[in-house]
Amino acid sequence: MSDSAGALTAGLWSDASRRLRADGRAATALGVVGALALLAVLAPWVSPWSYDSLDWQHLAQPPGFARAHWLGTDRLGRDLLVRTLLGLRLSLSISVLAGALSLTIGVLWGAVAGLAGGRLDAWMMRFVDVLYSLPYLFVVIVVTTLFRRGSLAVLLVALGAVGWLTTARMVRAETLALKRRQFIEAARALGVTPAGILLRHVVPNVLGQVAVYATLIVPQMVLFESFLSFLGLGVQEPRASLGNLIYGGAQEMESAPWMLLVPAGVLVVLLVCLNVLGDSLRDAFDPRER
Amino acid sequence: MSASLHARSMSTSGEEAAAGSVLSLDRLGVTFDTPAGPVTAAQDVTLAVARGECLAVVGESGAGKSQVFLAVIGLLAANGHAHGSARFGGRQLLGLPPAELDRVRGAGIGMVFQDPSLSLTPHLTVGAQIAEVVRRHSHASAAEARRRALALLERVHVTDPARRLAQFPHELSGGMRQRVMIAIALASDPQLLIADEPTTSLDVTIQAQILALLAELMRERAMALVLITHDIAAVAGVADRVAVMRQGRVVETGTAAAVLKSPREPYTRGLLETVALLEARGTAAAAPGVSAPRGAPALALTDLSVSYGVGRGWLGPRAHLAAVSAVNLELRAGESLGIVGESGSGKTTLARAALALLRPSRGRVVWMGQDLGALGRRELRRLRRDLQIIFQDPPGSLDPRMTVAQLIGEPLRVHAGTLAPSARTNAVAAALERVGLAAELACHYPHQLSGGQCQRVAIARAVILEPRLLVCDEPLSALDLPTQLQIVTLLAELRRATGMSLLFVSHNLALVRRLCERVLVLYLGRMMELAPTERLFEAARHPYSRELLGAIPSPDPDIQPARLARVRAGEPPSALEPPSGCVYRTRCPHAVMVCAGQPPRWEDPGDGTGVACHRWREL
Repeated sequence: MSDSAGALTAGLWSDASRRLRADGRAATALGVVGALALLAVLAPWVSPWSYDSLDWQHLAQPPGFARAHWLGTDRLGRDLLVRTLLGLRLSLSISVLAGALSLTIGVLWGAVAGLAGGRLDAWMMRFVDVLYSLPYLFVVIVVTTLFRRGSLAVLLVALGAVGWLTTARMVRAETLALKRRQFIEAARALGVTPAGILLRHVVPNVLGQVAVYATLIVPQMVLFESFLSFLGLGVQEPRASLGNLIYGGAQEMESAPWMLLVPAGVLVVLLVCLNVLGDSLRDAFDPRER
Repeated sequence: MSASLHARSMSTSGEEAAAGSVLSLDRLGVTFDTPAGPVTAAQDVTLAVARGECLAVVGESGAGKSQVFLAVIGLLAANGHAHGSARFGGRQLLGLPPAELDRVRGAGIGMVFQDPSLSLTPHLTVGAQIAEVVRRHSHASAAEARRRALALLERVHVTDPARRLAQFPHELSGGMRQRVMIAIALASDPQLLIADEPTTSLDVTIQAQILALLAELMRERAMALVLITHDIAAVAGVADRVAVMRQGRVVETGTAAAVLKSPREPYTRGLLETVALLEARGTAAAAPGVSAPRGAPALALTDLSVSYGVGRGWLGPRAHLAAVSAVNLELRAGESLGIVGESGSGKTTLARAALALLRPSRGRVVWMGQDLGALGRRELRRLRRDLQIIFQDPPGSLDPRMTVAQLIGEPLRVHAGTLAPSARTNAVAAALERVGLAAELACHYPHQLSGGQCQRVAIARAVILEPRLLVCDEPLSALDLPTQLQIVTLLAELRRATGMSLLFVSHNLALVRRLCERVLVLYLGRMMELAPTERLFEAARHPYSRELLGAIPSPDPDIQPARLARVRAGEPPSALEPPSGCVYRTRCPHAVMVCAGQPPRWEDPGDGTGVACHRWREL
């Protein structure tokens, strides 16, 4: 079982990555996202400053070369470049983890519901409906106050818990369409187990859709995370995330525009590149596109 | 000789001497711009068709026959270009601005396409769709348009036309939908009707009806008719002239009689031989199963019924549709049995129930002494190694994300998981070779293959484990004739080599004759007749079997017109409300009182044959 599953993924993924490499736009977008991620990882070594060190001589310093504050400082004299990169690191890792969590749950939930059909499907989807109808913010507030405020694990769970609902619905709809296709029946006639049909025939065929959605869900998570941080439920000072940096920058928009422009610019570049990547991924995953 | 010259000489000798050509193509070519450079779909096509004349354009898929006429009506894909000349009533069509072209073709050219379900708008009633076309062309009032729509439906022999007007396309059968498409095409009083594979997706009986209708309309309205088809047997009796296309060129044109009876081109001869081969007596008799027919049954269906719930009410489904009723059937080891009937006869449902792919509502399926309905899921899955199926839609039955090698290797993965990877690769290579596919295709995806190649992949997947029963569910209806012949030959060879049993579901009796020793005729889910193939062809007992046999098209222009003239109207009634007594009585020419009163008994003389008809002895 394991070696043939390996063969399958090798076929699907190696073909997809070959097509992806041939796509110039995707390569550029991937390069930019990769560079940003690399910078975020290396953030502590990029600049002599640390994220919470205060430089009293240079409060609200505009970008320039003075004392290695290349992108300026904030009201408290903290280096904006370092804080943005660390914010990026935090936002990106939380979003990617939350995205992966919600995609995994959502794909499996939706595919199982769609494939099983009948009563199981009805119950599973009603459960999704119930979660949808809960006031999400209220739930998050309750969760974060019950547990330690600002805990990253709690934030991750809160983000992941909402993200998978849409994925599950989307994957279920796709699965229902797939189920009517003859190759699913052919697999059943061959004696493939339900789990085999799910993992070998349904999931690979929805991955293209999911890949596009994944590149949308990551920026969505970035936004959500910053929203929660803005409400004081997410990342706490002095730690930085793109969200609370943008919020802080917006307060100083008129006197010190770079405080907004630097983190917002990073966010915009990140979002555009992720979206371009999503488009190319979808094409790469679909052999019929050629 | 150029075809247009030929047409002129024809028409001066013919009745419509003054009419001239309605459509004349002169050295028409079609090319497509692709990333790999320009691809020529058709070149130097010179054809003409006159009023009251039917020109049949015959060729395999990919011969460019559809592209030529799409170019004429300006519906080529965006990367296609036409050059040369296409004159309609003296007017050059190529290069006309779209609005102008729209007007010309709207008023003068009607079109009927292969798949009527794709050409009709699903959310508009049939009446609204016909009336829309009527009003576009005649400024008629709404009431007048409705009246004309009704008249058109009557004209194309739609049963119960007043009720049909208010129905939606999905409520009609395929044949009815194609009639509606023809009515829509007629709504603008066209001088030219282009029918592109109008009968390919229909049953033989309905195909004959539609062809007869087209011929009738053409004579009555003095229209020019262009009939594009891959089936050279279907054109006899309808076409006045035939043009044979191959690889984008017209290889032969002439009168139907000349081309069909004494073709000059080897290619045309090949096509006709294909038909003759398909019609010929089967090779089934040579198979080993026949020599030992009295073995224990491998597969036994006992009193098998399958019904589907229709609609959703508060307490379960609103109605039950009996797709298969009380079928008793035994298939011996190594035997090949055909199941024939029109669409809606339940043959596909029966095939699936026989493999326990769906649960029967009554009755039992016993395979080698094991009741499939009583088996657990795990045991049933293990048994599937012996029970394989190939489907109607070849590309659709292959997972689009898997390569050919992965597809063919899947049964090995499922049922022979311990096989070493190298042994598996070898087995896949052997299976590819066995079905006549090149080894290079192993790393291709299904969408890169032709329909025939896809079906070969499906067959390779089904036979790689050497199953003991292969169910073929209309495996050929999506393929063109030469490919059908190849696949039938392949199946016959595989059966001879492996000794497997074959359950072959088809609406095409000619194919069944080539492959099967016995035939079961189904109508509305009920058994009509079960007989050895040759007996059925020589002396069918049931009137329905005779109707099916009579509908097989023959390429012989001496026989076919008479066959078309005998075609009976009527389609199977809805399985939701089957007629009382004998279900076939509403179409049966021999129906009498008793037929409506009680259902006929299944009369089995004990030799594995049988018939269900009150009057078969006297007929």
